[in-house]
Amino acid sequence: MSRETRAMQDDDSANPGMLSVLEGEALWASNGCAGCHSSLKGVAARYPAVDDKRRLLNLESRINLCRVEQQKAPAFPYEGRELLALSAYIGNQSRGMPIQVGVDEKSKAHVEAGKAAFRRRQGQVNLACMSCHEENAGKRLAGSVITQAHPTGYPLYRLEWQALGSLQRRLRGCLTGIRAEAPGYGAPELVELELYLMWRANGMKLETPAVRP
Amino acid sequence: MAGAIIRMPSQAKRGEIIEIRTLASHPMETGFRRTERGEPIPRDIITQFVCTYNGAEIFRAELHPAIAANPFITFTTVATESGTVEFRWSGDNGYSMTESAKISVV
Repeated sequence: MSRETRAMQDDDSANPGMLSVLEGEALWASNGCAGCHSSLKGVAARYPAVDDKRRLLNLESRINLCRVEQQKAPAFPYEGRELLALSAYIGNQSRGMPIQVGVDEKSKAHVEAGKAAFRRRQGQVNLACMSCHEENAGKRLAGSVITQAHPTGYPLYRLEWQALGSLQRRLRGCLTGIRAEAPGYGAPELVELELYLMWRANGMKLETPAVRP
Repeated sequence: MAGAIIRMPSQAKRGEIIEIRTLASHPMETGFRRTERGEPIPRDIITQFVCTYNGAEIFRAELHPAIAANPFITFTTVATESGTVEFRWSGDNGYSMTESAKISVV
């Protein structure tokens, strides 16, 4: 990440992700979320997580579960404006807090499944996530530095997308890049991979909404 | 849609140079892209940005398709008197958005 991109991320008046945070704040008010929740500080640093009914949920599916079960309203479409804005608003409340996921007994099996997916070679190019993001992290792929794949700032504003996007959009982009079949949005395989990546990043500080090239 | 983020000092000394930063929420669709089916996506951009200070125009910009989404425009002016700074973005499909900020000059 270049110095310029970092400066853009750190300055709230230049970070385009903050537009979505503000939109999320408005949605939070208009949907009556405040009727139950006072503050969700720290929540985003704990997701994905396994709930009482042993369902593995990421932040987006947790928001939609609340909408469907508590509010009896239709779920927001994945990767739509509303869901991105709400998750950016909730994520922003945990900015600067250390990530702490996958440490309980319930989520152990899911972390292991995500880890296996991270290490499994797949697609026409026959690469695993770790082929680039662990074995070759820090080197270059085309002009860009290969990241260590720590998802600390999602949903984030990616300059290439010219928009805010979720971690699943990024994962699907990577999977398409290695010519593997990307699971659909919200698929359990993707959530497990999300969980493993967040578990790998445990202790790192959340920076939602981040800006990336 | 959250409209815009404006950052400028709310108080300034007379004659001081102040920096005004504006970030507008807009997809800035260029009109050159196509969908997966090959149909062109129509152009949808902000074409003009105007800033007035107590009614007098102090800054104007014309925007074109090569400008990124969520245009970030920053400029400076001299704080002359207390009052309101108004910002107006206008563009394709009748797009128009206004914001304002107050400044007190001592």
